[in-house]
Amino acid sequence: MTGAVNSAVNVNAGTDARTGAGTGAGTNLSATDPAAMSATVNMNAGMRQSGFALGAVAVFAALMALSTWILLQVHGSGPRAQDTPALWLALAVWAVLAGLMLNRLALLQQPKPLRLLAPGLLGAALLFIWEVGVVGWNVPRVLLPAPHAVAQALVTRWEVLWPDFQQTAIAVLAGYAIGCGAGLAAALLCDRVDFLRRGLLPLAGLAGAVPIVGIAPIMVMWFGFDWHSKAAVAAVVTFFPMLVNTLAGLAATDAMHRDLMRTYAASHNATLAKLRLPGALPFIFNALKINSTLALISAIVAEFFGSPIYGLGFRISAEVARMNVDVVWAAITLSALAGSLFYGLIALMERGLTFWHPSYRQ
Amino acid sequence: MPVPVPTRQAVAAPSGRWVPVMLPVLVVVGTILLLWYAGAVGLNAPQVTERLNNAGNPWGWSDLVSAAWAMERPVLPAPHQVALDFYRSLVDHDIDNPRNLLFHAGVTLSATLLGFGLGLLLGVVLAVGVVHSPVLDRGLLPWIIASQTIPILAIAPMAVVVLGSLGYPPLVSKAVISMYLCFFPIVIGMVKGLRSPEVLQMDLMRTYSASRPQLLWLLRLPAAVPFLFASAKVAIAASLVGAIVGELPTGAQAGLGARLLQGSYFGQTVQIWSALVMASLLGVALVGLVSLAERATARLMGTRP
Amino acid sequence: MSSAAPAVVAKDLSLVFQTADSPVTALSDVNLTIERGEFVSFIGPSGCGKTTLMRVIADLERATSGSISVNGMSAEAARLQRAYGYVFQAAALYPWRNVLKNVMLPLEIMGVPAAERDSRARQQLALVGLTGFEGKYPWQLSGGMQQRVSIARALALQPQMLLMDEPFGALDEITRDHLNEQLLRLWEATGKTVIFVTHSISEAVFLSQRIVVMSPRPGRILEVIDNPLPAGRLLDMRESPGFAEVAHRVRLALRAGHSYD
Repeated sequence: MTGAVNSAVNVNAGTDARTGAGTGAGTNLSATDPAAMSATVNMNAGMRQSGFALGAVAVFAALMALSTWILLQVHGSGPRAQDTPALWLALAVWAVLAGLMLNRLALLQQPKPLRLLAPGLLGAALLFIWEVGVVGWNVPRVLLPAPHAVAQALVTRWEVLWPDFQQTAIAVLAGYAIGCGAGLAAALLCDRVDFLRRGLLPLAGLAGAVPIVGIAPIMVMWFGFDWHSKAAVAAVVTFFPMLVNTLAGLAATDAMHRDLMRTYAASHNATLAKLRLPGALPFIFNALKINSTLALISAIVAEFFGSPIYGLGFRISAEVARMNVDVVWAAITLSALAGSLFYGLIALMERGLTFWHPSYRQ
Repeated sequence: MPVPVPTRQAVAAPSGRWVPVMLPVLVVVGTILLLWYAGAVGLNAPQVTERLNNAGNPWGWSDLVSAAWAMERPVLPAPHQVALDFYRSLVDHDIDNPRNLLFHAGVTLSATLLGFGLGLLLGVVLAVGVVHSPVLDRGLLPWIIASQTIPILAIAPMAVVVLGSLGYPPLVSKAVISMYLCFFPIVIGMVKGLRSPEVLQMDLMRTYSASRPQLLWLLRLPAAVPFLFASAKVAIAASLVGAIVGELPTGAQAGLGARLLQGSYFGQTVQIWSALVMASLLGVALVGLVSLAERATARLMGTRP
Repeated sequence: MSSAAPAVVAKDLSLVFQTADSPVTALSDVNLTIERGEFVSFIGPSGCGKTTLMRVIADLERATSGSISVNGMSAEAARLQRAYGYVFQAAALYPWRNVLKNVMLPLEIMGVPAAERDSRARQQLALVGLTGFEGKYPWQLSGGMQQRVSIARALALQPQMLLMDEPFGALDEITRDHLNEQLLRLWEATGKTVIFVTHSISEAVFLSQRIVVMSPRPGRILEVIDNPLPAGRLLDMRESPGFAEVAHRVRLALRAGHSYD
């Protein structure tokens, strides 16, 4: 009894493995270099994890395929899914197993690409449930179209959706550039003139509570129906977060760093350029990321208030009136994809320019 | 040769803190008002000059200015016009008269508060789930973050129409949109807050063999309170935006969003501006309420005297 | 020493901070003269004003009464002439610049042309023994190495004076000893005036020629002790009886002015 325990302990301690009562004597401990040993162990663990992951994904996909096959059989022959216990059963089994597997998969950390497994599979699972649910329970199209219907609409109505997207995109990009640029400039001005900062900052904070999108009708009145009014709305919306965050970033430098600049007798501009602006970049990028989604949403909502006959917002409100819900979803998917791309680009730029920030070092 | 250093002026203790704090704000607000008046003249000038020319009588600067500030459908109404219209709408009619801005504010407010409450609940539940379950943390949280890139406000019209056709009153559909908009800051803020206790504090709980629910109730939740209030301020402002946008699509008759839309359709500029002022006041008041709640909670919890 | 003006002359220097509840006397009637090329330590418990005194010399604080002159001119004029290099308690390096660029920072501000900046920076890095680390970023270096970069940066402008505020306080003892020795060799090689703030008695005795003992509430100089130990000191000297005697004198002086309330 104790012999087995002792030999197990010895195996763990890496000493000469005299196998006791057959305790997992498979490990070959002839490698004497501990670094090489731990590297081998890590690689083995990594490969085992990848293997497990691949197996899990395969089982996942197989179960999904099985449920879909049953569903097609059911749907093809007419009766509604509620009358088919087989589908219920398959889905239930799949859901339970999927939950258990996801639980395990979520813990995998190495190698790096495996980290995408949990969100990726969960997303796929949600899409699958959506599809099966809508088709299997014959949910009316008007209420919620199936993912394949949305994809179809995206493809068939592309010649309309693409110009819509371009119209909105110009407004978003122009408004974003103007708003963020003005916010940055205003922050630099406030930095120079403290009186202005003390006056403007509280107002900028208040502006966060105000539904700024409400100025859309006024902008349409001033700038017309075209993209200029939408860009104006996006500009005003993005101005305030940029102002607030840039000021916070400029204020965030250590007293020590500022003293250092004083000992160099550096001018205000030199201190700004070499210390405070680079130090403020993380805050500025925070605002740029927030603003990317804000600009998109504001431009689309502004289009609800009046727009020429294209624009994603216009398309959405028009097709809602006609109850073409799958085109609406297609337009929304398009804007979501564009928005994510925009956000992702900024995040990439952030990584490049603020690589030095501690948040990138785990 | 030692150079005498200039001695510091004796600094008198400031008599009150209000002057240095309020003065810059007042100056900025005053400047904005001045620019607004000037802008009103500038933007309304074309129409006014046309009208004055058609009237035939000779006119000068003062005629231009006074006319520009008193137009019926100005391009840019003067501040006093907006203030007057605002005041009149509150005072001249009963509260349940659709001509009274408070009536519309009440409609929007009910949707905002309902949406905020639902979003708060959903956000807290999701946050607790994310902190305790690796599946939700690794699998769902990225999607929650990605969901904010979906311009959900764009779905507003559809959600209102669809839910309306299912028989739900517009209040519910607006509340659903508001809920969607405000649960996100709550989730993010609460997750940060629930994870904020230091490793030392968590280890201490481990030495007491505290169970997970105990850990949640005794350590994580109290630590998360400041984060909750910070994100609640963002959330309630977002909820207001959701309620207003939710009123846009269906030709709704009541609510601040509906008022904005009506004003825009009929060219009633002053009405639009009054509605905007009301919406802004509402937003500021709501955020202020959350701040008050925050202070009261802090006092209750003992973190403030 | 040379007939040039002394590096620092402080006469009846006082500094009173106005705080919310009551004024705090950080420095009270400080009189001190530091000659050029001297290595002087300020030592005392927290709140005794040693850092404040150095900040007044650096023109990072203004005295409320009395006078201070640095290199024969006002502290502000000396700062504008970049007469000194300052080393803080923490390295205060810019994480977005690599080691070489960090050392080049003061040279950039002064407008030194690029090629000369590069060679001077490399020179200073060689002086502190960090050749080969030019491309590294601050977070890739240990605490001791970061402080060495900080010292190299302070030397980049080739100032006549070095002001060092507990530069090795955050490091472990072994690294600290090593850096103390390096600093001493550096001083011997360059002949700069060094003012060194510390709360370690052995550090003060090992490094300096004179030790200024200060005491808090109000911040004042208790005693200035001349250090008779010879030049060219090595770390082993810390075990010698002569060292212990000087350390003892410092300790007595500290105890005399120190209150534990």
